[in-house]
Amino acid sequence: MSTVMFVMSLLLACAMIASAYVALRGQSLSMAVLAAGAVSLFASVMFVLLAAPDVAMTEAAIGSGLTTFLFFFVMGRVKGGKDD
Amino acid sequence: MVEVLIYVAAGLAGGAFLLALARFVKGPTTADRVVAFDVLTIVAITGIVFAAMFEGRVIYLDVALVYALLSFLGVIVIARYVERKA
Amino acid sequence: MGAIIDIIGALLLVLGTAFLFLGGVGLHRMPDVFNRIQVGTKTTTLGTLLTLAGAACLHPDWSLKLLLIGLFLLFTNPLSSQVLARAAYRSGAKKMATMVTDQFGDEPGDRS
Repeated sequence: MSTVMFVMSLLLACAMIASAYVALRGQSLSMAVLAAGAVSLFASVMFVLLAAPDVAMTEAAIGSGLTTFLFFFVMGRVKGGKDD
Repeated sequence: MVEVLIYVAAGLAGGAFLLALARFVKGPTTADRVVAFDVLTIVAITGIVFAAMFEGRVIYLDVALVYALLSFLGVIVIARYVERKA
Repeated sequence: MGAIIDIIGALLLVLGTAFLFLGGVGLHRMPDVFNRIQVGTKTTTLGTLLTLAGAACLHPDWSLKLLLIGLFLLFTNPLSSQVLARAAYRSGAKKMATMVTDQFGDEPGDRS
């Protein structure tokens, strides 16, 4: 693994921690779901850097795409509760 | 020459990634954060292309292809949700 | 011959990532949401297309897949920009102080 790949994975780790912080401490529910999707996105790029492109593709389709879509679909259906 | 230019390009992409990440953490409204998320996804596509070039494996580009399709879906879904809630 | 194409490809890579970096700077310097949507989608579209062109110059046998990625970006990026701007407009950004004109709100009737 070259130096550039090392710096790239370091950057991705910092980004995962930052978006997990947003998901935990953000004010609104929709931002928390989007930040969880961002964590999944960075994890997928990290899988690419770890030379596992098939795992990365599955993570991109399921974690970042389908889970976010499903969360927003259900949040649009549920009535009542506190929105923000 | 070519190696140095590729390293400069990777550094610039890393800087863009950090700036968009700062906007994503800081952003006051939801729309700001969704824009920052969009920029982060596209810079991630560029990063995957760089990783494919450094490793020399063409199979990595398939992940970038999946991303180019899916970033659009996430942004559309959250925009519909915000719009309906307002 | 091959060396010249390599140098052109590396210059295209630097130019495209410079556009991405300018988009990142613009996300911080622009005053309100709509300017940030503009700067965040226009510059990243051009920057990513230039980066893909540079990668295609450096590795000519990857051209088809890179062209496909660029085509998908060209389809989906303006669409997400437009949907996002409409959602930001309808969810209360229309009352911001920096807005000069509002041509979208002047028309009568309902739009979907």
